[in-house]
Amino acid sequence: MATMTQSIPAASEQKESVLRRVLSNGSLVIGLIIVAIIIFAAVFAHWIAPFDPLHVDPLARYQRPFSGWHILGTDEIGRDILSRLIYGARFALLVAILPTLIALVIGGAIGLLAGYAGGIGDTVIMRVFDIMFAFPGILLALGISAALGPGLTSMIIAMVVVTIPAFGRIVRGVVLGIKEELYVEAARTLGYSHARIALRHILPNVLGPAVVYGTLQTGRNVILSASLSFLGLGPQPPTPEWGQMLASGRTAIATAAHVATIPGLAIVLLAIGFNLIGDGARDMMDPRFTKERS
Amino acid sequence: MLSFILNRALQIIPVIIGVTIATFLLAQIIPGDPADVLLGSTASEETRQELRTALGLSEPVYIQYGIYLKNLLQGDLGQSFTFAEPVTQVLVSRLFNTSLLAIAAIILASIVGVAAGTWAALKPGSIRDQGLSVVVLFFNSMPSFWLGLVLILIFGLHLRLLPVGGMDDATGSLAGLAAHMVLPTFTLAAWSLAVIARMTRSAILDVINSDYIRTARSRGVSEARIVLRHALPNAMPTVITVIGMQMGFLLSGAVLTETVFSWPGIGLAMYQAISTRDIPLIQGGILVLAIAFVLINFVVDILYAYFNPKIKLA
Repeated sequence: MATMTQSIPAASEQKESVLRRVLSNGSLVIGLIIVAIIIFAAVFAHWIAPFDPLHVDPLARYQRPFSGWHILGTDEIGRDILSRLIYGARFALLVAILPTLIALVIGGAIGLLAGYAGGIGDTVIMRVFDIMFAFPGILLALGISAALGPGLTSMIIAMVVVTIPAFGRIVRGVVLGIKEELYVEAARTLGYSHARIALRHILPNVLGPAVVYGTLQTGRNVILSASLSFLGLGPQPPTPEWGQMLASGRTAIATAAHVATIPGLAIVLLAIGFNLIGDGARDMMDPRFTKERS
Repeated sequence: MLSFILNRALQIIPVIIGVTIATFLLAQIIPGDPADVLLGSTASEETRQELRTALGLSEPVYIQYGIYLKNLLQGDLGQSFTFAEPVTQVLVSRLFNTSLLAIAAIILASIVGVAAGTWAALKPGSIRDQGLSVVVLFFNSMPSFWLGLVLILIFGLHLRLLPVGGMDDATGSLAGLAAHMVLPTFTLAAWSLAVIARMTRSAILDVINSDYIRTARSRGVSEARIVLRHALPNAMPTVITVIGMQMGFLLSGAVLTETVFSWPGIGLAMYQAISTRDIPLIQGGILVLAIAFVLINFVVDILYAYFNPKIKLA
């Protein structure tokens, strides 16, 4: 806090230094490049994909990568794996990012309210979160998806529910700290409304930590969603979804390993991308980590 | 210490009650008539009606929960139609196999994780330290079921060194069990190993700048001795907490690993239950694993207090 009050750089200067800090942060740059490539593939899937991802060709089953027109080979019913991967990027990004955003908004709002208002409401909410933390995430998500029935929507609902408590707790923690700051005290003395203090004075301070946690959670969501799909709880066939592609290719692992291993590589790559962005963002937020690493 | 343990034991009671409420609610969110899902499509209308009465489906939710809790206390978790036996029986017969795998994995992850983290912390910023970061990143970005498949491919199908599925060979020998455990144990341990290594490294680096370490250094104590004798013991409370939390995650991670390796544990049973929408079995599996998770965390808290004298005063 002390350093912030010493000098306040001009907006343009600040922007430039943020850009410089982003570019000098190796993991952040590599992560951004990986994710940008996958976003590009997802957005332009229609133009890039060499084949129709749903086109079945019984004569071209289990073709090996680089053995013909199909660069990454074909699956058990002769569909082009590369095209399915490219279209699958849409689902992969959707189920990684959307649940994070929804959980960030809901969990953040609950955390802000609980932390700011305090009292019995805060205690009750924290106890409910404690109980949700008693479940390892994948278990609860598995239960919710299974109860609601497999599919994209139930998978997203399940992922949102299991990630809300973490966002809530992080935001509440930050709010509790800021609530006691002098400038909040001053705003209160000036007679500002609670809503104004919470939204104008506290919220901006909460966004940083919440967004950093959000990027890390997005990386975890890549794996969580792939796991749920692998267990048969995600989008159903013939949807080109990476976890599901891996699961259906598993049966032929001895004869056509590429059908299962290639979608797995795509999942790993996307998870690495988001994890690098998350690590990089955390380093930028908390210089202690950078110091520790160097 | 005793009052601390009692106090913590009292605190977990509401959490366990909460866990039963949450698992109970899972059946409440089933769209449509729960009797259809709970009994499978082959059940007769009579059996459905019987179940509706037994579960009190026409009663208010809190009465239904009361019935659920009463059954639970009598060890009745409902009937699994996938296995055609009571859920409790399915779970009890498999709990040992799941625990065996989880315990083997946590031992592997703890030993290798703490060793790797300490080794990296000896020389922060060195090539080996950066190498560890890369390994950690990979292990934490890899879905366990994919790692399992790759290991099956390499060690089972190409090199033919290890069995790729199941738990015993035909003879049922201990050596056979050990061979069957290698790949699933490593697969299950990989994620936790990475987390433990990273946390050990940063816990050691956190204490390495303390005054007493500086004093030891000024007395000419070797760097290895400083880390092993002075920094590592002080990093232990953090490391133990992380290991304990990982133990819980390993139990739940077993669902994926057991599926890939056809390991006959609770996880595999739950996977089979998903494809048939055998909700009572899924509910029961989640309940058992979540309660195990809570109890493990309870033990971890006590260990944490034991290793960290500051806590005892509280």
